[in-house]
Amino acid sequence: MSTATATHEAHHEEPPRGLKRWLFTTNHKDIGTLYLVFSLIMLFVGGIMALVIRAELWEPGIQYVDPQFFNAMTTMHGLIMVFGAIMPAFVGLANWLIPMMIGAPDMALPRLNNWSFWILPFAGAMLLSTLFMEGGAPAAGWTMYPPLVLQTGEAFPFLIFSVHLLGISSIMGAINIIATILNMRAPGMTLMKMPLFVWTWLITAYLLIAVMPVLAGAVTMLLTDKYFGTSFFNAAGGGDPVMFQHIFWFFGHPEVYIMILPAFGVISQVIPTFARKPLFGYSSMVYATASIAFLSFIVWAHHMFTVGMPLAGELFFMYATMLIAVPTGVKVFNWVATMWRGALTFETPMLFAVAFVILFTIGGFSGLMLAIAPADFQYHDSYFVVAHFHYVLVTGALFAIFAAVYYWLPKWTGHMYDERLGKWHFWLSVISVNLLYFPQHFLGLAGMPRRYADYAVQFTEWNQVSTIGAFAFGLAQLIFVYVVWKTVRGGRKATAQVWEGARGLEWTLPSPPPYHSFTEAPEVK
Amino acid sequence: MGARAAEEARAATRRLVRRLLVVALAMFGFGFALVPLYDVFCEVTGLNGKVDTSRAARAPQGVRVDASRTVRLELLAQVPDSGRVEIEPAAPFLEVHPGELRVARFHARNLSHRAVVVRAVPSVSPGLAAEHLRKVQCFCFDEQRLDPGEARDFVVVFYLDPALPAEVRTVSLGYTVFEVRHQARARAAGRG
Repeated sequence: MSTATATHEAHHEEPPRGLKRWLFTTNHKDIGTLYLVFSLIMLFVGGIMALVIRAELWEPGIQYVDPQFFNAMTTMHGLIMVFGAIMPAFVGLANWLIPMMIGAPDMALPRLNNWSFWILPFAGAMLLSTLFMEGGAPAAGWTMYPPLVLQTGEAFPFLIFSVHLLGISSIMGAINIIATILNMRAPGMTLMKMPLFVWTWLITAYLLIAVMPVLAGAVTMLLTDKYFGTSFFNAAGGGDPVMFQHIFWFFGHPEVYIMILPAFGVISQVIPTFARKPLFGYSSMVYATASIAFLSFIVWAHHMFTVGMPLAGELFFMYATMLIAVPTGVKVFNWVATMWRGALTFETPMLFAVAFVILFTIGGFSGLMLAIAPADFQYHDSYFVVAHFHYVLVTGALFAIFAAVYYWLPKWTGHMYDERLGKWHFWLSVISVNLLYFPQHFLGLAGMPRRYADYAVQFTEWNQVSTIGAFAFGLAQLIFVYVVWKTVRGGRKATAQVWEGARGLEWTLPSPPPYHSFTEAPEVK
Repeated sequence: MGARAAEEARAATRRLVRRLLVVALAMFGFGFALVPLYDVFCEVTGLNGKVDTSRAARAPQGVRVDASRTVRLELLAQVPDSGRVEIEPAAPFLEVHPGELRVARFHARNLSHRAVVVRAVPSVSPGLAAEHLRKVQCFCFDEQRLDPGEARDFVVVFYLDPALPAEVRTVSLGYTVFEVRHQARARAAGRG
């Protein structure tokens, strides 16, 4: 009687064993696991690059690496973290959770799902292989601005093709997620009854489909400019290098919401559970998410206030950007209101969620400062910008991913994680991450530019604080790996509901859930 | 659950996927369409100094010379990444009355033993002044050829529209000069 049972004819209760299970799997849980493991590996690869950067910045002068390699590190760190760690982690969460949350047996397009994952390791390997090429890895920044990026050596076409592949993977994943959410919901699961994680992902998936192709177009133009004599961004041929920035940021700004909207979804699931209250203002959350997604398309040029835009442009993009603070403020207000007079307990997922609300808001405020066009002339391309986007991406997106993993890990594995170690992981992370990024605000305001291997001596002390924070933060993540590994291997049995205050369809399934989530669609009241 | 319902569900998914794929492909095209769209947008609105940079304006017939007002017009020229061509303004700035037809000269010289073809890309600052700087004739309208060792004056004939906002007292006109042939050759070499 349901749309759910329709899509799986071949009914394997037990997955095949060995490598083949992972290579050929079409199961949403297996693919979700693959995504999460891949992104964890990439988190460490990108993290080691970050530590190379921080080690070099321990003191002024050139110490450990040459400036070209330093620039390659900042570039690759950015690309790996954005496309290899944060985005795949959220797709992994979507794979695991969306079918269970909407009462479906699996994703709508299981084979496409397998394909969209298995493109990723190849794209990632292609990108990383550039480190060993003649001329070194791409070093023009993750934003790939011409004409500098066109000076990349043999790595250039590999950079472009890996971005293409990563884009194709994301678009296929997004199509799958939309098809699942729109066509596979259990009877009674109306759109406005969907958990917020599902809502935020539905909107994110539309953003992905709208902007990943634009990025693909932009890098294709770079490719033809370099090898086929076109002049999209070449002033000598009538093109304009600033045009690239316009096209790139038309992708780039929605992209930052692609990385944060699913995090909003996670936090909106976690906080009500540990506040033991339903989410405050559910429908306003949905509308706020949609407004943020819409606004993300009309603010791109706030990344390029200093290119010599006319005053009208500066003003428009300044006001439009500040407007985003309204729906974001609604969200923060709702999270706080959900906690207000709740019966709060602070298990690890809740700790990460509360830290998210506070620290993401700090990142939001520094974003507002950057949105002020005249002030941005001072902050532009300084460490203040670096501090800003690491507050929203590390203490924002990454902390939400940690919250999600701790929250749903007992559901996924059937075992409780080690709460004591989880809390160690949280406290070490939250202290070291602030040690790492907060001083970068000061450095930026004092005038330290980003993307340089060297700096003036007066910046030494805060850089050293930042570097100490970076290594502590890096080491703290080893605890996370150990906790996850230990929980997968065994531990106290988790109940179906896991958390006292947990609500939603995924908590009605046993822990761990059966290989196919809902073979009979549940009834949603 | 009937087989028919299952078939319908599959058909609905297929329809949706087709539509989403069309959107993705359209957005890929839109990325390329942005290139002319930005140009059109800037020309229509006059933002970003796009107006009248590549077309000749008509001579200032019936435009009254405003001798009471003097605008300082700064002239700049640069040649990025080339040692073969040299260009500099004959005078670093001109004192101009709005409405009067003036000539600015740039000394250009080919330092190499090969003929070069260059294209100059103009830029006017502040951007708001761009539409009021009318070029009647300009070396930037065409590619310019310089024979080996040749030195020549590049000329731009222009006037400032008296509608130039009163608060603008200084306008700078800069040219970035690119070697066209050199670029094309380098690309051909890169391909080979």
